[in-house]
Amino acid sequence: MSPVGTPSAESRTHAAEIDDRGTGPAAILDVHDLTVAYQDRPVLWDFDLVVERPSLVGIVGPNGAGKSTMVKACLGLVPRASGEVTFFGRPLAKMRRRVGYVPQRESVDWDFPVTAFDTVLMGTYGELGWFRRPGRPQRERARECLDRVGMSEFASRQIGQLSGGQQQRVFLARALAQQADLYFMDEPMAGVDAATEQVVFDLLRSLRDEGRTVLVVHHDLRTVPDYFDDVVLLNTRLVASGPVGTTFTAENLRRAYGGRLDLLEIAADAVEAGERSR
Amino acid sequence: MNWLAPNTLFVLVGTSLLGACMGLVGAFAVLRRRALVGDALAHATLPGICLAYLAVGRRSFPALMLGALLSGLVGILVLVGLRRFTKVKDDAAVGIVLSVFFGAGVVLLSVVQRQGAASAAGLETFVLGTTAGILPEDGYWIGGTLLLCGAIVTTFLKEFEVVAFDSQFATVQGWPAARLDLLLMAMIAVTVVVGLPAVGPIMVAALLILPSVTARNWTERFGRLLLLSVVIGFFTGVAGTLVSTRYNLAAGPTVILSGTALWAVSLLVAPHGPVARSRRRRSLRSQPEDATTDGRLDG
Repeated sequence: MSPVGTPSAESRTHAAEIDDRGTGPAAILDVHDLTVAYQDRPVLWDFDLVVERPSLVGIVGPNGAGKSTMVKACLGLVPRASGEVTFFGRPLAKMRRRVGYVPQRESVDWDFPVTAFDTVLMGTYGELGWFRRPGRPQRERARECLDRVGMSEFASRQIGQLSGGQQQRVFLARALAQQADLYFMDEPMAGVDAATEQVVFDLLRSLRDEGRTVLVVHHDLRTVPDYFDDVVLLNTRLVASGPVGTTFTAENLRRAYGGRLDLLEIAADAVEAGERSR
Repeated sequence: MNWLAPNTLFVLVGTSLLGACMGLVGAFAVLRRRALVGDALAHATLPGICLAYLAVGRRSFPALMLGALLSGLVGILVLVGLRRFTKVKDDAAVGIVLSVFFGAGVVLLSVVQRQGAASAAGLETFVLGTTAGILPEDGYWIGGTLLLCGAIVTTFLKEFEVVAFDSQFATVQGWPAARLDLLLMAMIAVTVVVGLPAVGPIMVAALLILPSVTARNWTERFGRLLLLSVVIGFFTGVAGTLVSTRYNLAAGPTVILSGTALWAVSLLVAPHGPVARSRRRRSLRSQPEDATTDGRLDG
């Protein structure tokens, strides 16, 4: 096991930290009354979510349900109309080192003149602060993170010359290099090859086993019961959230997806598959 | 051989330093997809130049540059306003600002010329640019701008890199993307303005874009791209000046065409140019046993 990503003693004590109100351990993520509107149209309405223990959380819902928007609003990437979000009991500005983000693959220009290694190294920039350049510890960690996603041999490849799945793995390695305790990942398994999907899934598991939390915007209902501990069903409003076993039900899926039959069939299969695997 | 007279040497220093500066700042403009904003800004400088001339009454470099900078910034503000408050899309907004401001500038220029053709002689050069238009004092401004931009880029290299590549990721990491963009915009504005006398507002954007686009054919690393872009900008300035002085051609266009020539050659011969790339792809296809290690995995 590589030392990469092992939570430091420091972050462990942080996780058990008493929050400002002194009422108990602060939640890993606490989203309260989050509302986002583009122009006058609400895309996310009164959304609440509390994540209290390290887990893998799948965020599902129909297209345009506000999944990515919810993630971006939590991270301050789109303006909130209202609502409050705390990470480990404090606002994001004070907790940036412990929060990592994997954007959608389409959000960057893959012709950018950087190699896979350079990209992963950027994950360490946050801890360096202004003006300091990455040194040997950062380079070593970047190399280890590339190794962890099985991309060592492509370290010096320009990122545009990687396959979609390989690009996604580089993005994950960059997030790993940040050594965060809470990750937001926007569709990390969209359009990737089977090998990459397995790598991503194994990685999510090992992150969770290290005591980290990962929120994943996910599009494939069939794999939800296999991949996640908890699920958030979203359609502009929160439909349901909680453990997959009790929350990922046909009834909740119907409420999230409305009357779209094709999707409901898929959902029924997924629920069934989930029940079989339990 | 009077085309290599001391005066020409001085002009040569001016244009080559300008090319270097354009190469440096332009690389960021292109990578951050702000190149057309530089173009809009450049065209928007003309009204300011004319107004400054009308106010001061002579070709005073600092006054004209200040006027250029101010009206360029007004152009950018209009651009931002169009984007935010109307349904006009980015490309159309750039087109509007560019043509309206430049049109206003040309009208003002004719007002200036009517006031006295002789005294306004220096101003026409601001439309197409002339290396002869570079006076010794202009050279100091160009050199100073290069030093300043070089210092800023060296200081904020890692910050500019992460914001240019992935501004959302950078924002979550805590980097102030908007403020760094503003700093980049300021560098573009100042560089464009000091480059106006030599290249003119119409073509200055090309000098901003060409060096880094050429450099991209030679390297796939960020730091090397910046360095190469500076070097290529430098030699674009040298070549353009020599050719334009030797054959008495308009300076701005000649500089741009030299840059274009360097770019065209790079497309053909550079290791990361399209020709080299398609040759590599073809050789891969003829050796299918290598494709598993060097080819793409299906994504």
